[in-house]
Amino acid sequence: MAAHLSYGRVNLNILREAARKELREFLDKCAGSKAIVWDDYLTGPFGLIAQYSLLKEHEVEKMFTLKGSKLPPADVKNIIFFVRPRLELMDIIAENVFSEDKSHSSRDFHILFVPRRSLLCEQRLKEQGVLGSFINIDEYILDLIPYDGDLLSMEYESAFRECYLENDQTSLYHTAKGLMTLQALYGTIPQIYGKGDCARHVANMMLRMKREFSGSQNQILPVFDTLLLLDRNVDLLTPLATQLTYEGLIDEIYGITNGYVKLPPEKFAQKKQGEGSKDLPTEPKKLQLNSAEELYAEIRDKNFNAVGAALSKKAKIISAAFEERHNAKTVGEIKQFVSQLPHMQAARSSLANHTSIAELIKDITTSEAFFDNLTVEQEFMTGVDTDKVNTYIEDCIAQKDPLIKILRLVCMQSVCNNGLKQKVLDYYKREILQTYGYEHILTLNNLEKGGLLKPQTSSRNNYPTIRKTLKLWMEDANEQNPNDISYVYSGYAPLSIRLTQVLARPGWRSIEEVLKMLPGPHFEERQQLPAGLHKKRQQGENRTTLVFFLGGVTYAEIAALRFLSQMEDGGMEYIIATTKLINGTTWIKSLMDRPESQAP
Amino acid sequence: MAFITANWNPLGEAFYRKTELYDMCWNIRDGLGDSLVAAAPYGGPIALLREPHRRSPSSRPHLEIYSASGVTITSFPWKSGPVVQLGWTVSDELLCIQEDGTVLIYDLFGSFKRHFSMGQEVVQSQVLEAKVFHSPYGTGVAIITGSSRYTLATNIDDLKPRRLPEVPGLQGKPSCWVVLTQDRQTKVLLSTGPELFILDNTSCTNVCPPGLSPQAGSIVHMSVSFSYRYLALFTDTGHLWTGFSNLQEKLSVVDTKKMTTPKQMVWCRRPKSQQPSVVLMWDRLLMVVGLCNDPIQFPVEDLCVLVGELDGVRIISSTNQELLQEVPLVCQDIFKIASMAPGALLLEAHREYEKSSQKADEYLREIKEQRMLGEAVRQCVEAAGHEYDSTTQKSLLKAASFGKCFLTDFSPDQFVQTCRELRVLNAVRESGVGLPLTHTQYPHADHMTLQVLIDRLVYRQFYPLAIEICRYLKIPDYQGVSRVLKHWASCKVQQKDLSDEAIARAVCVKVGDSPGVSYSDIAAKAYECGRTELAIKLLDFEARSGEQVPLLLKMKRSQLALSKAVESGDTDLVYTVVSYLKNEMNRGDFFMTLRNQPVALSLYRQFCKLQEQDTLKDLYNQDDDHQELANYYVSASYREKRLDSRLSLLQSAVDEYNKAKNEFAAKATEDEMRLLRFQRKLDDEKGAGLLGLSLQATMEALLALGLHKQAEQLYRDFRVPDKRYWWLKLKSLAEKEEWEELEKFSKSKKSPIGYLAFVDICMKCNNKYEAKKYVSKVTPEQKVKAHLAVSDLEGAAEAAIERRNEAEMGAVLARCSTSDQLLIDRLTRARATAVKK
Repeated sequence: MAAHLSYGRVNLNILREAARKELREFLDKCAGSKAIVWDDYLTGPFGLIAQYSLLKEHEVEKMFTLKGSKLPPADVKNIIFFVRPRLELMDIIAENVFSEDKSHSSRDFHILFVPRRSLLCEQRLKEQGVLGSFINIDEYILDLIPYDGDLLSMEYESAFRECYLENDQTSLYHTAKGLMTLQALYGTIPQIYGKGDCARHVANMMLRMKREFSGSQNQILPVFDTLLLLDRNVDLLTPLATQLTYEGLIDEIYGITNGYVKLPPEKFAQKKQGEGSKDLPTEPKKLQLNSAEELYAEIRDKNFNAVGAALSKKAKIISAAFEERHNAKTVGEIKQFVSQLPHMQAARSSLANHTSIAELIKDITTSEAFFDNLTVEQEFMTGVDTDKVNTYIEDCIAQKDPLIKILRLVCMQSVCNNGLKQKVLDYYKREILQTYGYEHILTLNNLEKGGLLKPQTSSRNNYPTIRKTLKLWMEDANEQNPNDISYVYSGYAPLSIRLTQVLARPGWRSIEEVLKMLPGPHFEERQQLPAGLHKKRQQGENRTTLVFFLGGVTYAEIAALRFLSQMEDGGMEYIIATTKLINGTTWIKSLMDRPESQAP
Repeated sequence: MAFITANWNPLGEAFYRKTELYDMCWNIRDGLGDSLVAAAPYGGPIALLREPHRRSPSSRPHLEIYSASGVTITSFPWKSGPVVQLGWTVSDELLCIQEDGTVLIYDLFGSFKRHFSMGQEVVQSQVLEAKVFHSPYGTGVAIITGSSRYTLATNIDDLKPRRLPEVPGLQGKPSCWVVLTQDRQTKVLLSTGPELFILDNTSCTNVCPPGLSPQAGSIVHMSVSFSYRYLALFTDTGHLWTGFSNLQEKLSVVDTKKMTTPKQMVWCRRPKSQQPSVVLMWDRLLMVVGLCNDPIQFPVEDLCVLVGELDGVRIISSTNQELLQEVPLVCQDIFKIASMAPGALLLEAHREYEKSSQKADEYLREIKEQRMLGEAVRQCVEAAGHEYDSTTQKSLLKAASFGKCFLTDFSPDQFVQTCRELRVLNAVRESGVGLPLTHTQYPHADHMTLQVLIDRLVYRQFYPLAIEICRYLKIPDYQGVSRVLKHWASCKVQQKDLSDEAIARAVCVKVGDSPGVSYSDIAAKAYECGRTELAIKLLDFEARSGEQVPLLLKMKRSQLALSKAVESGDTDLVYTVVSYLKNEMNRGDFFMTLRNQPVALSLYRQFCKLQEQDTLKDLYNQDDDHQELANYYVSASYREKRLDSRLSLLQSAVDEYNKAKNEFAAKATEDEMRLLRFQRKLDDEKGAGLLGLSLQATMEALLALGLHKQAEQLYRDFRVPDKRYWWLKLKSLAEKEEWEELEKFSKSKKSPIGYLAFVDICMKCNNKYEAKKYVSKVTPEQKVKAHLAVSDLEGAAEAAIERRNEAEMGAVLARCSTSDQLLIDRLTRARATAVKK
């Protein structure tokens, strides 16, 4: 069911199994039939840990979404609330409990806090006078959720906003806890590197937590050699750029949530059913995207311009495989052919799906608007005219293009120019306020607070130095057969990944100057291993680094890291962890105030 | 050793023996006769409540607590009310049940811990009799009151006293009664003389033990076995009925020929008993009655106390203590005179070997011929476990070790295990420690865990021994040494004669950073004893800052608690402290405290954002954070429905932005207010429905309504860039297909957005005719594009050739179809020359 988690260098299925075990134990604690009341936000992440079948095996008969007033009727013994520890949710729960029909009040209430129980919430329940109604109040420690064989995410949407705008480090505490859990399962990570204030904070907490458990030494042979903690605000540029990998584009255009994408159904109509145009499905087509699907694993990280070729090559292979049947003469040969049939059919339908998706994306990427937008992005990234008002942005505002698109571009210009001249900045801001409404003054304020948008200070623009030293722009990016990570943005090499790459070889000492230009401290810590756990490395054996992006990571960055893992002489494999999988749009959205009033 | 069987007494097939445990260390001149006595099983402590020598109104009884070996632990005069019964809990606490139904609980050292009552009604009716019993739920108490009613509490740690139903015809107290635990239910079995009743939660049932004839008389004494499985009933005709406690089956009825009621009656069994028995005690006689008709009789000099154990009965007299038990089968096999059991032969062989006699070989040969050497070793090891005397243990173990030498592939586990266990047992049996545990009672998973053994040593404050044992048995620190240290430290902090400093240092030195010892727990204990300063000192050693917080709050060290919470990084904890502080402090102090803790302050702001908007304002005000205050007013303005209030909030925002020197925001907000006023005016005048629209949308709406003048006014007032306004107007006019207006507009001045936009917009509205009007006006660079837009290939080609632009020619070519052969030729030629150049 989750085999793809165990194929990678690090068997992430262990983590999933540990999470499943804990879930089963909790469910069994509430004897008898149960109904789960879900905090809607949790259903997606939970789906990656346990399907409904597991819940069913443990007598979960009904599932509801948490909402006010009365609970729907259900003839069960236990009602279990699965919630994040948030005060507003506590009020809803209290309302639910109060309106429970006392006449046949045989139902037992339980709460499972994800990922951690909270005194504050319990206090709230107490104030509401319902705390005593709960038989079990427990926590389900689900910090890092395995998304794929090399990818963990906390799906903590507001992490960046909380850390940089609100100075609320809750997400970092969860991160540190999650990393402790990870170390409990995969061994102490001997080396910790980091860049950024949040990274420093997380590392400090980890070291403290380790001291707190000083008695019990972890006796597991370390799986990870290095942990690299990176603040998102060290590299604000990358998420703003349009991702150009296949997976990145799917996310940019349709949005991937919890490993699923919803696509317009038209392209996926069953062609066999003939002309019946009225049968066209109206529900969006929902597809799961992960490395369990062979073809997807192959093309997800390619530059989109290389996907077409890959698909047609695959098509040839598949049809050749089907042609084999004509060559099958003997009974044995036919039998062998038939035995491969299910696999081939799956491959064929997978091919059909991705061909359709690629067509959908191609319609967009070949449009003039997409091209113009990309051209401007690339101009900014190469440092062309970043210091004056950009005509394209002006026109887009005049055309009332989506605000988020505008914000992405303006922020990008600001980042690439190390801040905008006050006049330019004010001009953009005025344009935005006049066109999209004055309420966005709060959003603009947030972006300034987060450093995405800022007035240029007296210091000179250091972006060109950073770009040159880290080789962020590669003129001759090879999209078909890449030899450098810059292929993921057709020329731009993500800064965050360059830092990772340099750390592995030749080391950060070579770029001290640039590191000083980027915000926050950089540091190195070592964690003592118990004697006997020092790895004896085989000749040519790769080292493993866990890269943790605090504040989110994009699919293109993941693709770049996978590319580095696969480099023959790289000597390093990467596992990626993050607070949230993001793209420019979702990221900017999370920083907006009153986004509900924003025109689409 | 030859006389090891000397104290064996046959009872049916089996033998019973008395082993001397201790010469009691205590000094009780007048015997145990006048005292209330309670001795706990598993070698537990003994409590005596002794009546004063001379009865006088002023003299009080004396409560004395001894170890099982009679070492005084504590003694003090009893100052509370009259006591009916004493008893021990499973965790070595003393229960003193008073006449008025109050139960006082003391620890081993006689310090009062707490008390509870068996019910209000008892105060009136008084307790006649009481019993302390142990059940799977813990320690329970049963009483019968003067109104002949029973009250039962099955677990004193989770007190739920239940009053049992009335017993028909019962006056005063019954002649005898016991508490039974059966099928997870606790019941009382009682005899009113002629009749026997079972009393449970809901009913009182008359029962009749099977096989006890009515002639046997009425039941005057009863006893239930350690496991609650067996029951013994003694009648006034001297008959002893034994059977199962569910009263379904009889074991035997024996006539003791004793008409007087025994003082005490206790079951004596062991697991896998061959011949279970009941021990009865009269004034000068102890009788062991088995299933057969031939009881053993021992004379006794003075009154003793019988303590039923899992595998025997301890007999405590004023001078010594003995263990009466059935001789285990394996010991019988080995020590029975002329036994030929393999173990017996091995023991003999080893004895001869030590004498350097060749007989050793003969014995060994004999065992080996029967292929019983393994069995022999096992027997010796097992028997060693059952022997109390260490010399006997040694000789048996030596024999086993000797036998082992002649075996290959023999697992040493049992041998090693037994040696280890005996070493521990011998250590705790020492008279100074006084825990006379048998090997059967030793923690083998089911009855008692090793932790309990360690705990019991700890209760007695034998810390070094406990630690020694933990280390010796290799108990993981977490369960072993650390637990002991924790107890030790909790005890240490109570020492009143030592200074805080000294105690903190002593604790730190001993405990160090042993895993699993929580300094906060120790500190909590210190605080409980009223030593706040010590508690704070101890908390400093706590590595987990999160753990320090609750106690610090309790001790009202809220500032410290807050900084510890912040240190821990656990934001939930910070919230907890903050919400606590909020309730404890006045607002000013509260804000000041937060101010010194930026992390806490920002968390509290978050909280306020969601829960208490007004407080948020106060916070910003206090910090003179004008920027945030302004933002606050802005967002508040959007929650406001009425325009006037909205405007006044925005005005406050403007003021704050000005104070924050944020000119841009101040200006923008002023603009917003201006726009809102404008919108309202127009809405009032024309019903335009503009309120809430952005400036751009307002202008759009105005144009759509044909209110060009007003749109123009906004354009000027708000200094809208020409470009954007032109786009706006262009689109609006095209949408309304006002082509004449459009043309006029195009000529009003030079277009800041060029004229290609005009071409495009007309084409978008499918008006090629209008579009063509503007083609000529576009800049040379856009000419080709413009011609192509209106599908004028000729014109496009013309323009491209004129500009000699190869790419543009290509673009035109791409649009040409086969019918335009002439054009294609011309372009191709032109391109060729362009390339040449």
